[in-house]
Amino acid sequence: MFTIRKGIYMKVTKETIEYVANLARLKLTEEEKEKFIRDMENIISYVDKLNELDTSEIAPTDHVIPINNVFRDDEVLDSYPKDKMLMNAPSKENGCFKVPKVVE
Amino acid sequence: MEYEIIIGLEVHVELSTKSKIYCSCTTDFGGEANTHICPICTGMPGVLPVLNKKVVEYAVKAGLAANCSIAEYSKQDRKNYFYPDLPKAYQISQYDLPLCQNGYIDIEVEGGAKRIGITRIHIEEDAGKLMHDENETDTLIDYNRCGVPLIEIVTEPDMRSAQEARAFVESLRNILQYIDISDCKMQEGSLRVDVNLSVRPKGQKEFGTRTEMKNLNSLRSIVRAIESEAKRQIEVIESGGIIVQETRRWDDQKGISYSMRTKEEAHDYRYFPEPDLMPVVVDEKWKEEIKRSLPELPDARRKRYISGYGLPEYDASILTGSKALADFFENAAVKSNNPKAVSNFILGDVSRILNDKGMEAEDIPFPAEYLARLVKLVDMGTISTTIAKKVLEIMFEQEKDPEAIVKEEGLEVVSDEKALIEVVKKVISNNEKSVEDYRKGKDKAFGFLVGQAMKETKGKANPKLLNKLLKEELEKKNL
Ligand SMILES: [Zn+2]
Repeated sequence: MFTIRKGIYMKVTKETIEYVANLARLKLTEEEKEKFIRDMENIISYVDKLNELDTSEIAPTDHVIPINNVFRDDEVLDSYPKDKMLMNAPSKENGCFKVPKVVE
Repeated sequence: MEYEIIIGLEVHVELSTKSKIYCSCTTDFGGEANTHICPICTGMPGVLPVLNKKVVEYAVKAGLAANCSIAEYSKQDRKNYFYPDLPKAYQISQYDLPLCQNGYIDIEVEGGAKRIGITRIHIEEDAGKLMHDENETDTLIDYNRCGVPLIEIVTEPDMRSAQEARAFVESLRNILQYIDISDCKMQEGSLRVDVNLSVRPKGQKEFGTRTEMKNLNSLRSIVRAIESEAKRQIEVIESGGIIVQETRRWDDQKGISYSMRTKEEAHDYRYFPEPDLMPVVVDEKWKEEIKRSLPELPDARRKRYISGYGLPEYDASILTGSKALADFFENAAVKSNNPKAVSNFILGDVSRILNDKGMEAEDIPFPAEYLARLVKLVDMGTISTTIAKKVLEIMFEQEKDPEAIVKEEGLEVVSDEKALIEVVKKVISNNEKSVEDYRKGKDKAFGFLVGQAMKETKGKANPKLLNKLLKEELEKKNL
């Protein structure tokens, strides 16, 4: 795991790209990896500009819209028809979604 | 070398709201696969989740009952991972700003009470259910449970034995049932426990490396998994090995745990604030409102049973150890004017019958008032205690009140002197040897003769009168 610390410019390596690609289940070619190193570096250095500002007096932003407590009441409404929910499933069986066997 | 076991728990509890956490699908258990789902709980693109207010209330209730401080400001986050039980590829949970923090629950252990710290309680959504099909090449998924609200309760590593962990889970379950936010049915998965465990040589300050065992769904499997894992870790250390931090799966049938470690590196969940959901603010007013709605908790109730009903500490502890049992007691006690006798019945015969039948207190088939009336029948001398036990058995079998049973079965105490004298005479003439012994001063023989007479009346004789008549009859013979 890595963290981006304030004021420290982070170098993006091939390992970083491979690590992130693995977490996102992406298979990248060597050319793509090279491209993403440059892209990511650009993104991070762009965001790094923020570190030039003094934010010590500013509370962290958890949400961009200043609204709290958006709730619904605890009421049951009809669910969707099963067939409709399964309509777009690439694979199904006995009313279930079907995926290749997984064991964690 | 002597080792100390260090245990911390993560307990997932399904809340008993009617609808799911972010959509209006039902949370009903069971139901045909994939019939309790909609585009929101299956994470279809473009949908907007909206938080169920009751989920916040229930979680705050749990927090207050577990002596936590309630966050005035909290938010929800996405926990990202790929696993098909989670169609969105992330679970909405809470990361750095949980609803409740820094609480505790006191448990009863050998030698008194022990305080177990609660690190945090946060809200999150449950996942779907995976099933492997017959040919074992595919996995089938039912998303009905997906989006059912959960709270996760994380403890400090304060427990030191399987028994303490068990006592904690029992206390926690009891509290959650008291505040009525979950049915806590472990066999249905509405209360699931992950155990974090490490061992260290006694006296050592630093913790050892811990392992995690996931989704233990009975008290028995918690105890067995802890004992087995502690033994395994000690054996690894004793043979010069080192403990690897990992997640292990407990196989309850085989009684062993397996490493669940995959080729992949450790999970990196990349939490980030959930942009579709607004922060939750629980102000003082709302918190107070929820606090006022809390019922009396087990500890307070136990103390009140001692001071108010004059019960011994032992009775009060056992009765309040289950909300259903405590409710049953209280409903019967107020109607009987004899709380101690009600308690005796519940701790004695009622519990025994429940045990024999494999039933829980909530399954008692008759109203508490019937028990009060049964106690009254004994207090008024209408039936004996022995007969009362018999009536109780019948109350578990048939839908009849105790008076009806006594009447139908002809169980009233026999106080008719003439009838009893006949019985006494018969017993005396049938038991010459014992009569002889009695005359020689053996008190035991008298007890035996009373027993025989009781048997003769099928336990219905008025005991005081029977004693008196037997004594008189024996004295006559003496002359
Ligand atoms: Zn839904």
